[in-house]
Amino acid sequence: MLNLTLKVWRQQNATSEGFIETYDAHDIPESASFLEMLDIVNERILNDGGEPIHFDHDCREGICGQCSLTINGIPHSKERGITACQLHMRKFKTGETIWIEPFRAKAFPLLRDLIVDRSAFDRIIGAGGYVSVRTGSAQDANNLPVAKTKADAAMDAAACIGCGACVAACKNASAMLFVSAKAAHLNLLPQGAPEKNKRVLGMVRQMDAEGFGNCTNQYECEAVCPKEISADNIARLNRDYAIAIADEAAV
Amino acid sequence: MNLSSCSICQFWHSSIGKKLVVALTGLFLVMFLAGHLAGNLLIFQSSADFNEYAHMLHSMMHGWGVWIFRILMLVALALHVIATVQLTAANRSARATRYQKDATMVASRSSRMMIWSGLTVLVFFVFHILHYTVRVSPELKELADFDQNWAMTVKGFQNPLVSIFYIIAMALLCSHLSHGVASIFQTLGLRSRKTAGPITLLSKAYSLIIFVGFISIPISICFFGYGKEELQETEQMIEQAKSLGLDGILHEHRH
Ligand code: HEM
Ligand code: FES
Repeated sequence: MLNLTLKVWRQQNATSEGFIETYDAHDIPESASFLEMLDIVNERILNDGGEPIHFDHDCREGICGQCSLTINGIPHSKERGITACQLHMRKFKTGETIWIEPFRAKAFPLLRDLIVDRSAFDRIIGAGGYVSVRTGSAQDANNLPVAKTKADAAMDAAACIGCGACVAACKNASAMLFVSAKAAHLNLLPQGAPEKNKRVLGMVRQMDAEGFGNCTNQYECEAVCPKEISADNIARLNRDYAIAIADEAAV
Repeated sequence: MNLSSCSICQFWHSSIGKKLVVALTGLFLVMFLAGHLAGNLLIFQSSADFNEYAHMLHSMMHGWGVWIFRILMLVALALHVIATVQLTAANRSARATRYQKDATMVASRSSRMMIWSGLTVLVFFVFHILHYTVRVSPELKELADFDQNWAMTVKGFQNPLVSIFYIIAMALLCSHLSHGVASIFQTLGLRSRKTAGPITLLSKAYSLIIFVGFISIPISICFFGYGKEELQETEQMIEQAKSLGLDGILHEHRH
Protein backbone atom coordinates (compact mmCIF):
# COMPACT_ATOMS: atom_id res chain seq x y z
CA MET A 1 0.00 0.00 0.00
CA LEU A 2 1.17 3.53 -0.81
CA ASN A 3 0.75 6.65 1.27
CA LEU A 4 0.86 9.75 -0.89
CA THR A 5 0.19 13.46 -0.72
CA LEU A 6 -1.75 14.94 -3.63
CA LYS A 7 -1.62 18.59 -4.65
CA VAL A 8 -4.64 19.01 -6.89
CA TRP A 9 -5.91 22.02 -8.87
CA ARG A 10 -9.48 22.79 -7.80
CA GLN A 11 -11.62 25.34 -9.57
CA GLN A 12 -15.42 25.69 -9.28
CA ASN A 13 -16.04 26.86 -12.84
CA ALA A 14 -14.49 28.66 -15.79
CA THR A 15 -14.58 32.09 -14.17
CA SER A 16 -13.81 31.40 -10.51
CA GLU A 17 -10.35 31.53 -8.94
CA GLY A 18 -8.56 28.20 -8.84
CA PHE A 19 -6.22 26.97 -6.13
CA ILE A 20 -4.12 23.99 -5.15
CA GLU A 21 -5.77 21.72 -2.57
CA THR A 22 -3.75 19.15 -0.62
CA TYR A 23 -5.12 15.64 -0.11
CA ASP A 24 -3.82 12.78 1.93
CA ALA A 25 -4.06 9.67 -0.28
CA HIS A 26 -3.29 6.83 2.09
CA ASP A 27 -3.57 3.08 1.57
CA ILE A 28 -3.50 3.15 -2.23
CA PRO A 29 -2.90 -0.31 -3.74
CA GLU A 30 0.17 -0.53 -5.98
CA SER A 31 -1.91 -2.38 -8.54
CA ALA A 32 -4.30 0.57 -8.96
CA SER A 33 -4.12 2.73 -12.05
CA PHE A 34 -3.66 6.47 -11.63
CA LEU A 35 -7.33 7.14 -12.36
CA GLU A 36 -8.37 4.37 -9.93
CA MET A 37 -6.28 6.12 -7.30
CA LEU A 38 -8.30 9.29 -7.99
CA ASP A 39 -11.52 7.21 -7.77
CA ILE A 40 -10.49 5.98 -4.31
CA VAL A 41 -9.68 9.52 -3.16
CA ASN A 42 -12.98 10.79 -4.61
CA GLU A 43 -14.93 8.03 -2.82
CA ARG A 44 -13.43 9.21 0.45
CA ILE A 45 -14.20 12.86 -0.35
CA LEU A 46 -17.81 11.89 -1.12
CA ASN A 47 -18.10 9.93 2.13
CA ASP A 48 -16.92 13.03 3.97
CA GLY A 49 -19.63 15.05 2.20
CA GLY A 50 -17.22 16.96 -0.09
CA GLU A 51 -17.21 17.68 -3.81
CA PRO A 52 -15.18 15.05 -5.70
CA ILE A 53 -12.27 16.04 -7.93
CA HIS A 54 -13.61 16.38 -11.47
CA PHE A 55 -11.50 14.89 -14.24
CA ASP A 56 -12.04 13.71 -17.81
CA HIS A 57 -11.87 10.02 -18.66
CA ASP A 58 -13.63 7.48 -20.81
CA CYS A 59 -11.98 4.34 -22.19
CA ARG A 60 -9.31 4.00 -19.51
CA GLU A 61 -7.20 1.97 -21.93
CA GLY A 62 -5.32 4.66 -23.82
CA ILE A 63 -7.42 4.90 -26.97
CA CYS A 64 -9.99 7.65 -26.53
CA GLY A 65 -7.76 10.58 -25.57
CA GLN A 66 -10.13 11.87 -22.90
CA CYS A 67 -7.90 11.66 -19.82
CA SER A 68 -5.96 14.89 -19.53
CA LEU A 69 -3.93 15.22 -16.36
CA THR A 70 -0.64 17.01 -15.94
CA ILE A 71 1.19 14.90 -13.41
CA ASN A 72 4.18 16.50 -11.67
CA GLY A 73 4.35 19.09 -14.43
CA ILE A 74 4.23 16.63 -17.33
CA PRO A 75 1.10 15.75 -19.31
CA HIS A 76 0.28 12.04 -18.84
CA SER A 77 3.31 11.86 -16.48
CA LYS A 78 6.99 11.42 -17.30
CA GLU A 79 6.47 7.81 -18.39
CA ARG A 80 6.82 7.70 -22.16
CA GLY A 81 4.24 6.45 -24.62
CA ILE A 82 1.26 6.16 -22.26
CA THR A 83 -1.83 8.13 -21.32
CA ALA A 84 -2.64 9.05 -17.72
CA CYS A 85 -5.17 6.21 -17.58
CA GLN A 86 -2.43 3.72 -18.47
CA LEU A 87 -0.19 4.92 -15.66
CA HIS A 88 0.19 2.54 -12.71
CA MET A 89 0.60 3.51 -9.09
CA ARG A 90 3.53 1.11 -8.80
CA LYS A 91 5.55 3.84 -10.57
CA PHE A 92 5.31 5.92 -7.38
CA LYS A 93 6.95 5.49 -4.01
CA THR A 94 5.24 5.82 -0.66
CA GLY A 95 5.71 9.26 0.88
CA GLU A 96 5.79 10.99 -2.50
CA THR A 97 3.92 14.21 -3.28
CA ILE A 98 2.12 14.20 -6.62
CA TRP A 99 1.04 17.43 -8.34
CA ILE A 100 -2.06 17.06 -10.50
CA GLU A 101 -3.04 19.94 -12.75
CA PRO A 102 -5.19 20.38 -15.86
CA PHE A 103 -3.80 20.64 -19.41
CA ARG A 104 -2.91 24.33 -19.53
CA ALA A 105 -3.41 26.44 -22.66
CA LYS A 106 -5.38 29.58 -23.43
CA ALA A 107 -6.97 27.70 -26.32
CA PHE A 108 -8.19 25.00 -23.89
CA PRO A 109 -10.41 26.99 -21.50
CA LEU A 110 -10.81 25.36 -18.11
CA LEU A 111 -14.31 24.12 -17.32
CA ARG A 112 -13.91 22.70 -13.85
CA ASP A 113 -11.05 21.33 -11.69
CA LEU A 114 -9.03 19.20 -14.10
CA ILE A 115 -11.41 19.35 -17.05
CA VAL A 116 -10.63 21.58 -20.02
CA ASP A 117 -12.53 22.31 -23.22
CA ARG A 118 -10.59 20.86 -26.14
CA SER A 119 -13.16 21.64 -28.84
CA ALA A 120 -10.57 23.88 -30.54
CA PHE A 121 -9.19 20.60 -31.92
CA ASP A 122 -12.58 19.73 -33.41
CA ARG A 123 -12.74 23.09 -35.13
CA ILE A 124 -9.27 22.52 -36.60
CA ILE A 125 -10.41 19.17 -37.98
CA GLY A 126 -13.52 20.92 -39.31
CA ALA A 127 -11.27 23.33 -41.20
CA GLY A 128 -9.79 20.62 -43.44
CA GLY A 129 -8.94 17.46 -41.53
CA TYR A 130 -11.11 15.25 -43.73
CA VAL A 131 -11.55 14.03 -47.28
CA SER A 132 -14.58 15.66 -48.85
CA VAL A 133 -15.52 12.98 -51.39
CA ARG A 134 -16.52 9.34 -51.05
CA THR A 135 -13.38 7.26 -51.43
CA GLY A 136 -15.02 3.85 -51.55
CA SER A 137 -14.89 0.93 -49.16
CA ALA A 138 -12.29 -1.63 -48.14
CA GLN A 139 -11.74 -3.26 -51.54
CA ASP A 140 -11.22 0.13 -53.19
CA ALA A 141 -8.51 0.92 -50.68
CA ASN A 142 -6.82 -2.36 -51.53
CA ASN A 143 -6.91 -1.50 -55.22
CA LEU A 144 -4.93 1.69 -54.70
CA PRO A 145 -1.23 1.02 -54.50
CA VAL A 146 0.47 3.01 -51.72
CA ALA A 147 4.23 2.97 -51.20
CA LYS A 148 5.15 1.14 -48.01
CA THR A 149 7.12 4.11 -46.63
CA LYS A 150 4.15 6.41 -47.15
CA ALA A 151 1.68 3.93 -45.71
CA ASP A 152 3.85 3.56 -42.62
CA ALA A 153 4.24 7.32 -42.14
CA ALA A 154 0.48 7.87 -42.62
CA MET A 155 -0.33 5.04 -40.19
CA ASP A 156 2.03 6.43 -37.55
CA ALA A 157 0.49 9.89 -37.90
CA ALA A 158 -3.01 8.44 -37.72
CA ALA A 159 -2.23 7.01 -34.28
CA CYS A 160 -2.93 10.45 -32.79
CA ILE A 161 -5.85 10.25 -30.34
CA GLY A 162 -6.23 14.03 -30.09
CA CYS A 163 -5.72 14.17 -26.33
CA GLY A 164 -3.95 17.55 -26.40
CA ALA A 165 -0.91 16.51 -24.35
CA CYS A 166 1.33 18.05 -27.03
CA VAL A 167 -0.29 21.44 -26.42
CA ALA A 168 -0.14 21.02 -22.66
CA ALA A 169 3.55 20.09 -22.74
CA CYS A 170 4.69 22.70 -25.24
CA LYS A 171 6.39 25.69 -23.62
CA ASN A 172 4.33 27.83 -26.02
CA ALA A 173 1.08 25.84 -25.93
CA SER A 174 1.48 25.17 -29.65
CA ALA A 175 -0.77 22.65 -31.38
CA MET A 176 1.70 21.87 -34.17
CA LEU A 177 2.15 18.17 -33.35
CA PHE A 178 -1.61 17.52 -33.40
CA VAL A 179 -2.26 19.58 -36.53
CA SER A 180 0.73 18.16 -38.38
CA ALA A 181 -0.22 14.57 -37.55
CA LYS A 182 -3.83 15.06 -38.61
CA ALA A 183 -2.76 16.77 -41.84
CA ALA A 184 -0.04 14.20 -42.61
CA HIS A 185 -2.19 11.12 -42.22
CA LEU A 186 -4.44 12.31 -45.03
CA ASN A 187 -1.88 14.22 -47.12
CA LEU A 188 0.33 11.16 -47.49
CA LEU A 189 -2.38 8.95 -48.97
CA PRO A 190 -3.83 9.05 -52.49
CA GLN A 191 -7.32 9.70 -51.10
CA GLY A 192 -6.18 12.79 -49.21
CA ALA A 193 -3.49 14.14 -51.53
CA PRO A 194 -5.71 16.08 -53.98
CA GLU A 195 -6.92 18.42 -51.22
CA LYS A 196 -3.54 18.75 -49.56
CA ASN A 197 -2.92 22.47 -50.05
CA LYS A 198 -6.44 23.46 -49.09
CA ARG A 199 -6.28 21.22 -46.04
CA VAL A 200 -2.93 22.57 -44.86
CA LEU A 201 -3.96 26.21 -45.20
CA GLY A 202 -7.37 25.65 -43.60
CA MET A 203 -6.05 23.75 -40.61
CA VAL A 204 -3.10 26.07 -39.97
CA ARG A 205 -5.31 29.16 -40.19
CA GLN A 206 -7.82 27.67 -37.75
CA MET A 207 -4.96 26.68 -35.43
CA ASP A 208 -3.73 30.29 -35.43
CA ALA A 209 -7.23 31.66 -34.90
CA GLU A 210 -7.74 29.47 -31.83
CA GLY A 211 -4.85 31.20 -30.05
CA PHE A 212 -2.35 28.36 -29.83
CA GLY A 213 1.30 29.37 -29.56
CA ASN A 214 4.07 28.93 -32.13
CA CYS A 215 6.44 26.00 -32.36
CA THR A 216 10.02 26.68 -31.22
CA ASN A 217 11.38 23.24 -32.08
CA GLN A 218 11.93 22.05 -28.52
CA TYR A 219 10.19 18.68 -29.01
CA GLU A 220 8.46 18.53 -25.62
CA CYS A 221 5.34 17.46 -27.57
CA GLU A 222 7.04 14.42 -29.06
CA ALA A 223 8.39 13.43 -25.64
CA VAL A 224 4.99 13.38 -23.92
CA CYS A 225 2.85 12.07 -26.78
CA PRO A 226 1.18 8.85 -25.60
CA LYS A 227 1.20 7.62 -29.20
CA GLU A 228 4.80 8.75 -29.78
CA ILE A 229 3.87 10.82 -32.83
CA SER A 230 7.07 12.08 -34.43
CA ALA A 231 8.00 15.75 -34.80
CA ASP A 232 8.92 14.78 -38.38
CA ASN A 233 5.29 15.59 -39.07
CA ILE A 234 5.90 19.18 -37.95
CA ALA A 235 8.79 19.56 -40.39
CA ARG A 236 6.52 18.13 -43.07
CA LEU A 237 3.75 20.61 -42.21
CA ASN A 238 6.19 23.54 -42.31
CA ARG A 239 7.28 22.44 -45.77
CA ASP A 240 3.74 21.80 -46.99
CA TYR A 241 2.58 25.17 -45.68
CA ALA A 242 5.32 26.99 -47.60
CA ILE A 243 4.31 25.12 -50.76
CA ALA A 244 0.59 25.71 -50.22
CA ILE A 245 0.93 29.43 -49.59
CA ALA A 246 3.18 29.88 -52.63
CA ASP A 247 0.63 27.96 -54.67
CA GLU A 248 -2.21 30.10 -53.36
CA ALA A 249 -0.35 33.35 -53.99
CA ALA A 250 1.14 32.63 -57.37
CA VAL A 251 -1.02 30.11 -59.22
CA MET B 1 -0.50 35.23 -61.60
CA ASN B 2 -1.83 37.13 -58.69
CA LEU B 3 0.95 37.73 -56.21
CA SER B 4 -1.05 40.15 -54.09
CA SER B 5 0.45 42.02 -51.19
CA CYS B 6 -2.32 40.48 -49.13
CA SER B 7 -0.74 37.02 -49.43
CA ILE B 8 2.43 38.46 -47.99
CA CYS B 9 0.46 39.97 -45.10
CA GLN B 10 -1.20 36.62 -44.49
CA PHE B 11 2.14 34.88 -44.61
CA TRP B 12 3.63 37.28 -42.07
CA HIS B 13 0.61 36.98 -39.76
CA SER B 14 0.57 33.18 -39.79
CA SER B 15 2.58 31.26 -37.24
CA ILE B 16 4.45 29.12 -39.76
CA GLY B 17 5.01 32.03 -42.15
CA LYS B 18 6.60 34.15 -39.46
CA LYS B 19 8.77 31.25 -38.34
CA LEU B 20 9.94 30.78 -41.92
CA VAL B 21 11.02 34.44 -41.89
CA VAL B 22 12.92 33.79 -38.65
CA ALA B 23 14.60 30.73 -40.12
CA LEU B 24 15.59 32.38 -43.41
CA THR B 25 16.92 35.54 -41.78
CA GLY B 26 18.64 33.34 -39.18
CA LEU B 27 20.27 31.36 -41.97
CA PHE B 28 21.48 34.57 -43.59
CA LEU B 29 22.98 35.76 -40.29
CA VAL B 30 24.57 32.35 -39.71
CA MET B 31 26.29 32.49 -43.11
CA PHE B 32 27.41 36.04 -42.45
CA LEU B 33 28.98 34.96 -39.15
CA ALA B 34 31.02 32.27 -40.87
CA GLY B 35 32.36 34.77 -43.41
CA HIS B 36 32.99 37.41 -40.76
CA LEU B 37 34.97 34.94 -38.66
CA ALA B 38 37.09 33.80 -41.58
CA GLY B 39 37.94 37.43 -42.36
CA ASN B 40 38.66 38.33 -38.74
CA LEU B 41 41.08 35.47 -38.30
CA LEU B 42 43.38 37.21 -40.79
CA ILE B 43 44.36 39.28 -37.76
CA PHE B 44 46.69 36.44 -36.82
CA GLN B 45 48.21 36.22 -40.28
CA SER B 46 49.65 39.71 -40.61
CA SER B 47 48.66 43.33 -40.18
CA ALA B 48 49.22 43.93 -43.88
CA ASP B 49 46.84 41.15 -44.95
CA PHE B 50 44.24 42.25 -42.44
CA ASN B 51 44.42 45.87 -43.57
CA GLU B 52 44.28 44.85 -47.18
CA TYR B 53 41.20 42.72 -46.48
CA ALA B 54 39.53 45.68 -44.74
CA HIS B 55 40.42 47.89 -47.67
CA MET B 56 39.05 45.34 -50.12
CA LEU B 57 35.69 45.26 -48.26
CA HIS B 58 35.41 49.03 -48.39
CA SER B 59 36.36 49.39 -52.04
CA MET B 60 34.31 46.48 -53.35
CA MET B 61 32.07 47.64 -56.23
CA HIS B 62 33.45 51.19 -55.91
CA GLY B 63 32.42 51.34 -52.26
CA TRP B 64 28.84 50.27 -52.98
CA GLY B 65 29.40 46.66 -51.97
CA VAL B 66 29.82 47.31 -48.30
CA TRP B 67 26.69 49.47 -48.24
CA ILE B 68 24.57 46.94 -50.07
CA PHE B 69 25.74 44.37 -47.60
CA ARG B 70 25.08 46.59 -44.59
CA ILE B 71 21.53 47.26 -45.75
CA LEU B 72 20.90 43.54 -46.31
CA MET B 73 22.22 42.79 -42.84
CA LEU B 74 20.08 45.48 -41.27
CA VAL B 75 16.93 44.26 -43.02
CA ALA B 76 17.61 40.64 -42.07
CA LEU B 77 18.34 41.55 -38.47
CA ALA B 78 15.29 43.82 -38.20
CA LEU B 79 12.98 41.14 -39.61
CA HIS B 80 14.53 38.51 -37.34
CA VAL B 81 14.13 40.65 -34.22
CA ILE B 82 10.61 41.90 -34.97
CA ALA B 83 9.38 38.40 -35.84
CA THR B 84 10.94 36.71 -32.81
CA VAL B 85 9.76 39.38 -30.38
CA GLN B 86 6.22 39.04 -31.74
CA LEU B 87 6.37 35.24 -31.67
CA THR B 88 7.71 35.21 -28.13
CA ALA B 89 4.95 37.55 -26.95
CA ALA B 90 2.30 35.36 -28.62
CA ASN B 91 3.85 32.26 -27.07
CA ARG B 92 3.76 33.76 -23.59
CA SER B 93 0.12 34.72 -23.92
CA ALA B 94 -0.85 31.28 -25.29
CA ARG B 95 -0.55 29.92 -21.76
CA ALA B 96 -2.35 32.45 -19.58
CA THR B 97 -2.20 30.36 -16.39
CA ARG B 98 1.15 28.72 -15.78
CA TYR B 99 1.74 25.37 -14.14
CA GLN B 100 2.28 25.48 -10.39
CA LYS B 101 4.70 22.62 -10.77
CA ASP B 102 6.58 23.10 -14.03
CA ALA B 103 8.76 20.41 -15.56
CA THR B 104 10.73 19.85 -18.74
CA MET B 105 11.35 16.58 -20.56
CA VAL B 106 13.81 17.34 -23.35
CA ALA B 107 13.95 21.07 -24.18
CA SER B 108 17.51 22.38 -23.86
CA ARG B 109 18.41 25.35 -21.72
CA SER B 110 19.55 27.23 -24.83
CA SER B 111 16.19 26.68 -26.50
CA ARG B 112 14.41 28.17 -23.50
CA MET B 113 16.43 31.40 -23.42
CA MET B 114 16.48 32.25 -27.12
CA ILE B 115 14.88 35.66 -26.59
CA TRP B 116 17.42 36.59 -23.88
CA SER B 117 20.46 35.32 -25.75
CA GLY B 118 19.09 37.07 -28.86
CA LEU B 119 18.51 40.39 -27.14
CA THR B 120 22.00 40.30 -25.60
CA VAL B 121 23.43 39.74 -29.06
CA LEU B 122 21.40 42.72 -30.26
CA VAL B 123 22.82 44.98 -27.55
CA PHE B 124 26.27 43.67 -28.38
CA PHE B 125 25.66 44.30 -32.07
CA VAL B 126 24.85 47.99 -31.47
CA PHE B 127 27.92 48.37 -29.28
CA HIS B 128 30.10 46.57 -31.81
CA ILE B 129 28.98 48.89 -34.64
CA LEU B 130 29.63 52.02 -32.56
CA HIS B 131 32.99 50.61 -31.50
CA TYR B 132 34.51 49.41 -34.76
CA THR B 133 32.34 50.75 -37.58
CA VAL B 134 31.26 54.24 -36.45
CA ARG B 135 34.31 54.46 -34.14
CA VAL B 136 33.05 56.80 -31.45
CA SER B 137 36.42 56.59 -29.68
CA PRO B 138 38.81 59.23 -31.12
CA GLU B 139 41.83 56.96 -30.64
CA LEU B 140 40.33 54.20 -32.75
CA LYS B 141 39.05 56.71 -35.27
CA GLU B 142 42.53 58.09 -35.79
CA LEU B 143 44.03 54.66 -36.42
CA ALA B 144 41.28 53.88 -38.90
CA ASP B 145 41.79 57.22 -40.62
CA PHE B 146 45.36 56.16 -41.27
CA ASP B 147 44.09 52.89 -42.76
CA GLN B 148 45.41 50.97 -39.77
CA ASN B 149 42.46 48.62 -39.25
CA TRP B 150 44.67 45.95 -37.74
CA ALA B 151 46.04 48.38 -35.16
CA MET B 152 42.57 49.73 -34.49
CA THR B 153 41.25 46.23 -33.72
CA VAL B 154 44.17 45.40 -31.45
CA LYS B 155 43.84 48.72 -29.64
CA GLY B 156 40.11 48.16 -29.13
CA PHE B 157 40.56 44.76 -27.56
CA GLN B 158 43.31 45.94 -25.20
CA ASN B 159 40.49 47.37 -23.11
CA PRO B 160 39.56 44.52 -20.72
CA LEU B 161 35.94 45.67 -20.30
CA VAL B 162 35.46 45.58 -24.06
CA SER B 163 37.03 42.14 -24.30
CA ILE B 164 35.03 40.70 -21.41
CA PHE B 165 31.74 42.00 -22.79
CA TYR B 166 32.72 40.59 -26.17
CA ILE B 167 33.41 37.16 -24.69
CA ILE B 168 30.13 37.12 -22.74
CA ALA B 169 28.20 38.13 -25.85
CA MET B 170 29.90 35.38 -27.86
CA ALA B 171 28.99 32.81 -25.19
CA LEU B 172 25.33 33.80 -25.51
CA LEU B 173 25.60 33.82 -29.30
CA CYS B 174 27.00 30.28 -29.06
CA SER B 175 24.00 29.26 -26.96
CA HIS B 176 21.64 30.97 -29.45
CA LEU B 177 23.20 29.14 -32.36
CA SER B 178 23.38 25.73 -30.72
CA HIS B 179 19.57 25.68 -30.81
CA GLY B 180 19.15 28.04 -33.76
CA VAL B 181 21.15 26.23 -36.43
CA ALA B 182 19.36 22.92 -35.84
CA SER B 183 16.07 24.83 -35.73
CA ILE B 184 16.60 26.15 -39.25
CA PHE B 185 16.37 22.63 -40.62
CA GLN B 186 13.16 21.82 -38.75
CA THR B 187 11.47 25.11 -39.62
CA LEU B 188 12.36 24.76 -43.29
CA GLY B 189 11.04 21.21 -43.22
CA LEU B 190 14.41 19.57 -43.82
CA ARG B 191 14.76 17.56 -40.61
CA SER B 192 13.59 14.02 -40.00
CA ARG B 193 14.23 11.21 -37.56
CA LYS B 194 17.08 9.99 -39.74
CA THR B 195 18.82 13.34 -39.99
CA ALA B 196 18.08 14.65 -36.49
CA GLY B 197 21.37 13.31 -35.05
CA PRO B 198 23.72 14.79 -37.64
CA ILE B 199 21.79 18.09 -37.62
CA THR B 200 22.14 18.44 -33.85
CA LEU B 201 25.83 17.65 -34.14
CA LEU B 202 26.32 20.18 -36.93
CA SER B 203 24.52 22.82 -34.88
CA LYS B 204 26.68 22.24 -31.82
CA ALA B 205 29.89 22.06 -33.85
CA TYR B 206 29.09 25.25 -35.75
CA SER B 207 28.23 27.22 -32.63
CA LEU B 208 31.39 25.99 -30.90
CA ILE B 209 33.58 26.99 -33.85
CA ILE B 210 31.95 30.44 -33.88
CA PHE B 211 32.50 30.82 -30.15
CA VAL B 212 36.13 29.65 -30.03
CA GLY B 213 37.00 31.44 -33.27
CA PHE B 214 35.68 34.85 -32.23
CA ILE B 215 36.90 34.82 -28.64
CA SER B 216 40.40 33.74 -29.67
CA ILE B 217 40.95 37.33 -30.85
CA PRO B 218 40.17 39.32 -27.67
CA ILE B 219 41.72 36.61 -25.51
CA SER B 220 45.05 36.65 -27.30
CA ILE B 221 45.12 40.46 -27.47
CA CYS B 222 43.82 41.30 -24.01
CA PHE B 223 45.22 38.44 -21.94
CA PHE B 224 48.29 37.32 -23.90
CA GLY B 225 49.50 40.68 -25.23
CA TYR B 226 49.24 39.72 -28.89
CA GLY B 227 50.19 42.58 -31.22
CA LYS B 228 51.33 44.90 -28.44
CA GLU B 229 54.73 45.83 -29.94
CA GLU B 230 53.51 46.24 -33.46
CA LEU B 231 50.69 48.48 -32.26
CA GLN B 232 53.22 50.67 -30.42
CA GLU B 233 55.35 50.94 -33.55
CA THR B 234 52.35 51.90 -35.61
CA GLU B 235 51.32 54.54 -33.12
CA GLN B 236 54.87 55.99 -33.06
CA MET B 237 54.89 56.06 -36.82
CA ILE B 238 51.63 58.01 -36.85
CA GLU B 239 52.96 60.46 -34.22
CA GLN B 240 56.06 61.04 -36.34
CA ALA B 241 54.01 61.58 -39.45
CA LYS B 242 51.85 64.09 -37.62
CA SER B 243 54.82 65.99 -36.17
CA LEU B 244 56.38 66.18 -39.63
CA GLY B 245 53.10 67.52 -40.99
CA LEU B 246 52.72 64.49 -43.23
CA ASP B 247 49.32 63.49 -41.94
CA GLY B 248 47.63 65.59 -44.56
CA ILE B 249 49.46 63.69 -47.25
CA LEU B 250 48.52 60.37 -45.70
CA HIS B 251 44.88 61.40 -45.57
CA GLU B 252 44.93 62.52 -49.16
CA HIS B 253 46.56 59.31 -50.24
CA ARG B 254 43.61 57.56 -48.72
CA HIS B 255 40.99 59.39 -50.77
C1 HEM C 1 23.98 37.27 -35.36
C2 HEM C 1 22.81 37.33 -34.90
C3 HEM C 1 21.80 36.20 -34.89
C4 HEM C 1 21.83 34.98 -35.47
C5 HEM C 1 22.93 34.37 -36.31
C6 HEM C 1 20.59 34.32 -35.13
C7 HEM C 1 20.24 33.07 -35.56
C8 HEM C 1 19.05 32.45 -35.26
C9 HEM C 1 18.60 31.22 -35.81
C10 HEM C 1 19.35 30.41 -36.82
C11 HEM C 1 17.39 30.92 -35.25
C12 HEM C 1 16.54 29.70 -35.51
C13 HEM C 1 15.48 29.96 -36.54
C14 HEM C 1 14.40 28.93 -36.51
O1 HEM C 1 13.63 28.87 -35.54
O2 HEM C 1 14.31 28.17 -37.47
C15 HEM C 1 17.08 31.96 -34.34
C16 HEM C 1 15.96 32.01 -33.55
C17 HEM C 1 15.67 33.02 -32.67
N1 HEM C 1 16.32 34.23 -32.60
FE1 HEM C 1 18.06 34.69 -33.46
N2 HEM C 1 19.83 35.14 -34.35
C18 HEM C 1 20.53 36.32 -34.19
C19 HEM C 1 20.12 37.42 -33.51
C20 HEM C 1 18.96 37.50 -32.77
C21 HEM C 1 18.52 38.68 -32.08
C22 HEM C 1 19.24 40.03 -32.09
C23 HEM C 1 17.37 38.36 -31.43
C24 HEM C 1 16.62 39.33 -30.56
C25 HEM C 1 15.38 39.34 -30.36
C26 HEM C 1 17.07 36.96 -31.72
C27 HEM C 1 16.01 36.24 -31.22
C28 HEM C 1 15.70 34.96 -31.61
C29 HEM C 1 14.64 34.18 -31.02
C30 HEM C 1 13.70 34.60 -29.88
C31 HEM C 1 14.61 32.97 -31.70
C32 HEM C 1 13.70 31.81 -31.41
C33 HEM C 1 12.65 31.69 -32.41
C34 HEM C 1 12.02 30.35 -32.31
O3 HEM C 1 12.61 29.47 -31.67
O4 HEM C 1 10.94 30.19 -32.86
N3 HEM C 1 18.06 36.48 -32.56
N4 HEM C 1 18.10 32.90 -34.38
S1 FES D 1 -9.31 7.57 -20.70
FE1 FES D 1 -9.25 7.07 -22.79
S2 FES D 1 -7.19 7.49 -23.26
FE2 FES D 1 -7.20 7.75 -21.12
